[in-house]
Amino acid sequence: MRYAETGFNLEIDLTRGNIERVETDPRLTELHLGGQGTAGKILWDRVPPEVEPFSPNNLLIFSTGLLLSTPVPGANRSVVDTFSPQTNFYSHSLFGGFFGPELKHAGYDKIVIRGKSPSLVYLWINNDKVEIRDAGHLQGKGALETGALIQEELKEEKAQVAAIGLAGENRVYMATIEHSNSSASRGVGVIMGDKRLKAIAVRGTKDINIARPAELFEICNRQYQEIYDNPYCGDIFLHEDDESWHVDNFAWGNARGRVKGYWNKEREDKWAGITRKVGVRWTSCYNCPKDCHLGISYPKRHKYFMKCYSKLTYAMAAYQELDFNYDILGVTQEYGLDGFSTPQVLAFAIELYEAGILTDKDLPGFPSDTAERFFWLVERIVRREGIGDALANGVYWAARQIGKGAEEFDHNTMKKFEQVPLKLGMINYPYFLMYATGEKMNITQIEGSYPQVPIADKEEREEFVKNWDAAPDRFKKWFLEWEPRQHQSIEAAVNICDWNETMHYIDDAIGTCAFLSSFRGQFGGRPPYHIYNLPNFVSLATGMDLDTDGLWEIARRNRNLIRALNVRRGLRRSDEKPPADHWKKRDPEMETKLLDAYYEFRGWNNEGIPTKETLDKLGLDYVSKDFVQRGILTDNEGTPSKETSAEKGKN
Amino acid sequence: MKGGLKKKIVKEIKVDLDKCSGCRACEIACSAFHARPKYSSINPARARIRVIKDELNDVYVPIRAGDYTPAECNGRHVYTINEKEYTECSFCGVSCPARDYFKEPDSGLPLKCDMCEDDPPLSEPLCVQVCRPDALTYVEREEEVGEEEVKRGEMEIGLESLANKYGLQKIMDTVARMSMSKKG
Repeated sequence: MRYAETGFNLEIDLTRGNIERVETDPRLTELHLGGQGTAGKILWDRVPPEVEPFSPNNLLIFSTGLLLSTPVPGANRSVVDTFSPQTNFYSHSLFGGFFGPELKHAGYDKIVIRGKSPSLVYLWINNDKVEIRDAGHLQGKGALETGALIQEELKEEKAQVAAIGLAGENRVYMATIEHSNSSASRGVGVIMGDKRLKAIAVRGTKDINIARPAELFEICNRQYQEIYDNPYCGDIFLHEDDESWHVDNFAWGNARGRVKGYWNKEREDKWAGITRKVGVRWTSCYNCPKDCHLGISYPKRHKYFMKCYSKLTYAMAAYQELDFNYDILGVTQEYGLDGFSTPQVLAFAIELYEAGILTDKDLPGFPSDTAERFFWLVERIVRREGIGDALANGVYWAARQIGKGAEEFDHNTMKKFEQVPLKLGMINYPYFLMYATGEKMNITQIEGSYPQVPIADKEEREEFVKNWDAAPDRFKKWFLEWEPRQHQSIEAAVNICDWNETMHYIDDAIGTCAFLSSFRGQFGGRPPYHIYNLPNFVSLATGMDLDTDGLWEIARRNRNLIRALNVRRGLRRSDEKPPADHWKKRDPEMETKLLDAYYEFRGWNNEGIPTKETLDKLGLDYVSKDFVQRGILTDNEGTPSKETSAEKGKN
Repeated sequence: MKGGLKKKIVKEIKVDLDKCSGCRACEIACSAFHARPKYSSINPARARIRVIKDELNDVYVPIRAGDYTPAECNGRHVYTINEKEYTECSFCGVSCPARDYFKEPDSGLPLKCDMCEDDPPLSEPLCVQVCRPDALTYVEREEEVGEEEVKRGEMEIGLESLANKYGLQKIMDTVARMSMSKKG
């Protein structure tokens, strides 16, 4: 009997129109849990590094986290994994809402999509009945509008739909996949569009087996209350009217600089008034007592849901007020555009125009008003019209296509990917490591367990540490010693990076929301889910015998497997650097030491490649074998022992 | 018939539509409570409460399963409340042929809310307990009634719908045949 998971994946070949229900290997659950972990294994096995992201052989995988459809509160995240045309590396995104639990009740843990459809289609999964249906009539429709039209057409209002908008259809690199109140960002929509897949609709009514259901239900009931009462989890910032944290600390324009003295009480009242006027309802995701997504009804725009820092990204990129942000989100959400990267691309284009690199010839009829320019550019990008064709490839590629010095204006990308617009003073050791070595392309997907800043008052600090159940002891010690404006030791930095990453790798495998877990330790130190209570939830749901060390080990395995995907596609030490001006004061010597120490801690060689010993110890000997065969690792690297599991089979 | 009057506790769940965040915890708790054995599984498709949603119209309505009816109704009014459109079905808890709400997904048999009757009794129905935003609240009030109603069990309600579909005779024949083959 399979517990917490269905034990089946849905395999869709869009080229041939083939649909299969395939049983999965239960051993993989023990090794990788689910979600990102098991998706990483499929990508490793089936997408060799020669496969271009736009090849029909690239896979687009929708995974459910392992704990979805169990009573575990806030376990509702779906994971989307593929390879990105922007970075040519592994591409990873997540979305909440209701899609994943529905898919599981339909009887599937994953949808693995390969090939390309000859025409625009959508997928309709209704328990055992799965169809590829024509979507010609949905071409150009908004992402959420598509969901509503499909529900109507199927006469199934309970179907959950994930869809792309025009941006995805036209293979814009910033394209999202939209579902209900949630978005899968970081560009995964581009591959869905490339495969000519407009949407996936799913309805499921089957049961999921739970290993020890009554016990799990009991602790979940208590956890539900704990999450509701806990003031440190959920989207805390989005509920506040005081935006000083974002407007004072984040960079405006194309990640250029701060605007000093912008925030005041008058502006706060004004902005709060705007939000009250257009906000209609705070909404939750499946089985979560937090309400992180605000439904917005802006005059003459489609209704949409606002999430996270997208509340300010367009306004700050355009140096506009909040009203502008609500207005343009009404357009970009329906086109399915990422609210983090898109504003930077737009601001970048305006900078190029102001610098004379783009001219009226490139931008015929370009308005003079910045707000209008944003709307103007969005229309060209989602249609890939004129200059929009280059801009649709993101800042890095657009800069190189446009040339004439445009490259100088590409200063906030890393591994060719737009980063959160932050420009800071002094280098921060753990953050340097997280930026440089993270596989998830955005710091928000890497940071989150260890506080960003120290507590100045010693007594307060001691009090914080006393209640810090989520933290292993070594972090308590480091935090107690951490004084304001002081660097932490290399050892601490390496461990902090590891812990932060580990918690995300766990969430992304089991489907618990980062706002309740990996992202929410850094403020207040009381995330409802942490390394010490998660094993019990997983054990009761799955029947696996799992403790804290075991869970950490699985996260380490998944982290190395995902690393291996990128290493096989050419990722090396020289790629591992944050945006050049992220910190004003850099320290090249220290950065080398940090990277050396982190690689050593991880069991990677000097190029950031996991050694044979590291891989074999984690049961990833098929990876080390491949690395040796490809010459990525040489036989004598990483002091391989004859006792390793890869060798055992041969003797 | 004054002597026949009896006091009866009427249990009600009040719904505040503005407070519903659409999390569907009510559906999950309901399906767990009614699973056999209790809490052995969760499956919103088996829940006796559902959040009817039309997200783009900002409609979020938790409704409880009411009675079974073999025929769908003829009136389909559309109501506009605070500029939002609701169909009659948005508020209707009836298990009817027009839609697949409140039917066991496997058998198609109707489901009905029983206010989580249990021994010992719960303080409140479980859906109310888990509704943190208080979109659902529980109220009890006393009412005088002429006679104690005959309480019908789940099996009787289910059998009645089968009888409506196949006729009572066919059911009796089937039961007889089943018990014969079991004996044999």
